[in-house]
Amino acid sequence: MQILLKNIDMKGLTTLKVYERQGGYRSLKKAFAKKPEELVEMVKASGLRGRGGAGFPTGLKWSFLAKDVFPRYLACNADESEPGTCKDRELLEKTPHLLIEGIILTCFTCRIEKAYIYFRGEFQHIADLMDKAIEEAYAKGYLGQNINGTGFNLDLYTHLGAGAYICGEESALLNSLEGRRGEPRLKPPFPAVEGLYGKPTVINNVETLCAVPWIIGEGPEKYAALGTEKSKGTKLVSVSGHVKKPGNYEIVMGTPTREIIYDLAGGIRGDNRLKAFIPGGSSVPILTGDQVDVPYDYESLQAAGSMLGSGALIVLDHTVNVVETTLRLASFYMHESCGKCTPCREGTRWMWQLLTQVQEGTGTQEHVDKLLDICDNISFKCFCPLGDAAVGPVASSIKNFRSDYDELIKKLQGSAVTA
Amino acid sequence: MMFAFTQEDEKKIEKIIGRYPVKQSALLPLLTLVQRREGYISPDAMKAIGQKLELSPAYVQSVMSFYTMYHTHPTGKYIILFCINISCQLNGADELMQYASEKLDIKVGETTADKKFTLHREECLAACCGGPMMRVNDTFYENLTREKIDQILDSLP
Repeated sequence: MQILLKNIDMKGLTTLKVYERQGGYRSLKKAFAKKPEELVEMVKASGLRGRGGAGFPTGLKWSFLAKDVFPRYLACNADESEPGTCKDRELLEKTPHLLIEGIILTCFTCRIEKAYIYFRGEFQHIADLMDKAIEEAYAKGYLGQNINGTGFNLDLYTHLGAGAYICGEESALLNSLEGRRGEPRLKPPFPAVEGLYGKPTVINNVETLCAVPWIIGEGPEKYAALGTEKSKGTKLVSVSGHVKKPGNYEIVMGTPTREIIYDLAGGIRGDNRLKAFIPGGSSVPILTGDQVDVPYDYESLQAAGSMLGSGALIVLDHTVNVVETTLRLASFYMHESCGKCTPCREGTRWMWQLLTQVQEGTGTQEHVDKLLDICDNISFKCFCPLGDAAVGPVASSIKNFRSDYDELIKKLQGSAVTA
Repeated sequence: MMFAFTQEDEKKIEKIIGRYPVKQSALLPLLTLVQRREGYISPDAMKAIGQKLELSPAYVQSVMSFYTMYHTHPTGKYIILFCINISCQLNGADELMQYASEKLDIKVGETTADKKFTLHREECLAACCGGPMMRVNDTFYENLTREKIDQILDSLP
């Protein structure tokens, strides 16, 4: 079942002409014949959940927009930076018009007249491509004033960040878009009430917005017929690490993870043993190889002790020492911590220091105990989810791969250690 | 050296500012404009940007220092960002970055004597299915091997 990746490698799909030939922009006519309130209900009925990482019901998020407060804005989150994740990039590079169509529908539904696509700074070449696609959409009359004679106006712009993972967090993104340091904001108020420039703002991930045209065009019931009870539709999964065929694969929600790794991604390199996998990007708990039959959907992955997250499935074979991987991720979170709040700023650095000692063979069991203590002092005590994200790999690797830690600590046997 | 916006810059800047209801939103686009043209952002440039947007130079600097893509000192003609995050690391990125470092005869974070290349380690660049990879200026190079690194770096003018 291909909704997002249908025709993805077709020659010329980045151009409006070829995109339209494949049925692109047909949903606009359907949408413009309905009232915005109807369209919100359609998206709610589809069961679409945010595809950036939080999985919040999209229609519900839109319905939180402060009533009768204008102007409103839309910010598309194209800041893809969650380690392991490269799905949005494929959509942006190969089918920019799908995103534009999704944005037009969303803005019409939410009565928004100005929209920005916030690209991470390293996507300059992709933003340039999107500028061309936007130009084509204006020329065709899909953007600008009085679109299709409906009286609906929409201006769409690209905007680039400049290197900061934290700007993928919605409130930090808005601060960055306003020309500030990309530090997160206190929530509530949520962006739907007070967002960009203090006005009601819809902020959605690229993949989320790209799903909207099919939902409006084919009908929400068809979307909701796919997947599981709490996870509807399809999901792009970026499979990487120790697999034979890394790549972005579109799956129906609920597909067994085993099928994704062994059928779609060709299995483990060298036919090695699957030791571990991180199902949803670096911020979610790491699972053991014998959990590979877990269905790939929000509720099943949560029940298994992890999360679907951004949909980045990172596969580790038996050659890996999980401590080394955890240390690499700890270094990442330490770099990317914005520094605003103490538990994250100090905690991420401290975890990196302790993991470095364990990795280098000078760690003790007390260090591991301290790591768990720090995790506890970060969890739910930070200003934004980055702190919790940093805890994900550390706490779960200690829980599920304690033997990897013990192996490195054994090297100290016989030495006298003081804390 | 004094920094001044050119006439062409002024036209671009007017267009950029026009995209936003609040001028301050043009701060990152203007910082990026200067970074891409000059290779770094000098205190004079910060002042000039501040003047354009009615922001103090200190404020401009505080925002600029938050983001990794802005540099305060000249960089090489080509900035190589080598991804060392998890998916690339699992597929041998560390060894390949070491190879690039030895090939260019500079440590990570340094610029070659002829000012052609600057090499940095970088966090995830959203190319995880094509790792190991590096970004050289605006181009992503994926599925790297030693041979490919040789081919790419040797062919850059």
